[in-house]
Amino acid sequence: MAKTIIEFQDIVKEYGDTKVLKGINFEIEQGKFYTLLGPSGCGKTTILRIIAGFTDATRGNVMFDGKKINNVPANKRKVNTVFQDYALFPHLNVFDNVAFPLNLRKVPKKEIRTKVLDALRMVQLSGFEEREISEISGGQQQRVAIARALVNEPDVLLLDEPLSALDMKLRKEMQYELRALQQRLGITFIFVTHDQEEALAMSDEIFVMNAGQILQTGSPVDIYDEPINHFVADFIGESNIVRGHMVADYRVAFAGKEFDCVDAGMRQNEPVEVVIRPEDLDITTVEKGALTITVDTQLFRGVFFEITGHDDTGNMWRIQSIHSTEVGAKVGAYFDPEDIHVMRFNESEEDFDARLETYEGEDSDR
Amino acid sequence: MKQSKAFYYIPYGLWIGLFVIAPVVLIVYQSFFSVSGHFTLGNYANYFHSGVYLKMTFNSVWYAFLITALTLLISYPTAYLLNQLRHKQLWLLLIILPTWINLLLKTYAFIGLLSRGGSVDNFLSIVGIGPKQLLFTDASFLFVATYIEIPFMILPIYNAIAELSPSYVNASRDLGASSWQTFSRVIFPLTLDGVKSGVQAVFIPSLSLFMITRLIGGNRVITLGTAIEQHFLVTQNWGMGSTIGVVLIVAMLITMLLTGERRKKRRTNHAK
Ligand SMILES: Nc1ncnc2c1ncn2[C@@H]1O[C@H](COP(=O)(O)OP(=O)(O)O)[C@@H](O)[C@H]1O
Ligand SMILES: [Mg+2]
Repeated sequence: MAKTIIEFQDIVKEYGDTKVLKGINFEIEQGKFYTLLGPSGCGKTTILRIIAGFTDATRGNVMFDGKKINNVPANKRKVNTVFQDYALFPHLNVFDNVAFPLNLRKVPKKEIRTKVLDALRMVQLSGFEEREISEISGGQQQRVAIARALVNEPDVLLLDEPLSALDMKLRKEMQYELRALQQRLGITFIFVTHDQEEALAMSDEIFVMNAGQILQTGSPVDIYDEPINHFVADFIGESNIVRGHMVADYRVAFAGKEFDCVDAGMRQNEPVEVVIRPEDLDITTVEKGALTITVDTQLFRGVFFEITGHDDTGNMWRIQSIHSTEVGAKVGAYFDPEDIHVMRFNESEEDFDARLETYEGEDSDR
Repeated sequence: MKQSKAFYYIPYGLWIGLFVIAPVVLIVYQSFFSVSGHFTLGNYANYFHSGVYLKMTFNSVWYAFLITALTLLISYPTAYLLNQLRHKQLWLLLIILPTWINLLLKTYAFIGLLSRGGSVDNFLSIVGIGPKQLLFTDASFLFVATYIEIPFMILPIYNAIAELSPSYVNASRDLGASSWQTFSRVIFPLTLDGVKSGVQAVFIPSLSLFMITRLIGGNRVITLGTAIEQHFLVTQNWGMGSTIGVVLIVAMLITMLLTGERRKKRRTNHAK
């Protein structure tokens, strides 16, 4: 297992009476790509600011390499930041911006030149040294900001929604480039975004946040396939979430019927929420379908048709189908037991993990 | 459409024409006439040859420089501090407040404070330093002039600092700069335009101060402002007065050129 480089121990941040962070705990391992994902205002930037040292935690310990760094000033931390607005110095040109941290450390001129040119080459901006910041595009400014943050060779790079100001195409490109850069350099990245697609595409590990708390930690696949609760399921991709109850282990009831599933470890008749992703539902005939659905709307999305409809008990369903149907038609919706994910109400992440442990262990025994 | 646009230029055009261009033209015109009303270049010859006027010019520039330097020295830290305070708008207002009071009134107030038997003099006697000649000294002139000019320096610097995005400061710290390095390499260069505006707003008027030189400086400091006043009101030598006026206008233009926003010609590390 890789070495833990940053650790938050029960971090609380208050501004006056408002609690912005409500007891954050996490460990960041060296060399991985982490993403803080959550809606605007949930405290992502605050976490980065506490790591960088721009603001203090009200309570709790910030550990770096095993040492408490709550009182270490920002300029002494081996962490660099790519700011949301890039914060490139407008009175310096591209070269001098990237050279800024090296000049502070009185690195010899020759070495500065080599390092800056290397950094600019790394972000594909060779030849832009003499440009003023006002003379380059947003995407280029972003690359300069990355080069400037990396030229110091930090242990950890913090990126606060660095792609949000870019247009769609450039954004996708930069997602690939950032991910490739991180893997090439082996530096820990802590990336902040409110865009779930971006988080899923780039990360080794995602922290899903809401209202000052981390709701779930896991790999993109874990979080997508096994969201811990309604909020995560809804926030990460599109979901059908309906109410039901557990009949027994591996047997769940919803929409007036009983189905096989792969979830267990809950009380009998416990009320639960059931998640089925739209892409896991297939349209078939009423006879073959697990559920009978009346089609309300249909939109052509290019790769698939997006169909919404309702079942006999009034639950709304969203289906992504490669076959078209007709509004008003009754169709069957088919899914496999593995496509069903069952969530308990108010289950903590620890309990969730522990429960998964018990029956997933059984699975492999069988 | 065109017509209505032209309409909006009328007040501006009238103002510029009547109160800026016409007076300047008149002054330049006047400066070519002798006391007796003949066309002459003598005024300019006089200005450059008699050491008196050159000395006055030097005096004006020197004192204006001192006033500007003192004002800047006090104003920058003040403006910086104001921006850190909780009720910064209120504090700023308190500093601007004195500018709403007539200059002459303030000057008389200082005469009251600094004269023999005035409050400051009395205070000095009480603490045992003994009565001192305060009024009519260079120091009192500089003190009062600086006091009067300070708000005009603080305001543009305050605005420049207020507009500075805090993320520049964070970025600088993040990249390893100490507080002092952050100030000298980021904050000060990025607020330099405010400093330049402040210098313009203080240096240029200070070149032609005359009332304070007389009432507080006791005419010990003779500046171009004093000379112009003398020529127009006492010796009635309008030609010479106008010539000095032209010199002042040229000095102002030079100051504006020096402190104005220039397209930076930049050197970079690796060009060196
Ligand atoms: N300096 C501050 N004073 C008071 N409240 C703040 C301050 N900075 C941030 N907040 C509040 O903290 C919450 C979290 O902010 P932030 O970390 O910036 O969220 P995010 O980056 O996830 O959008 C927000 O509700 C915001 O209003
Ligand atoms: Mg933010």
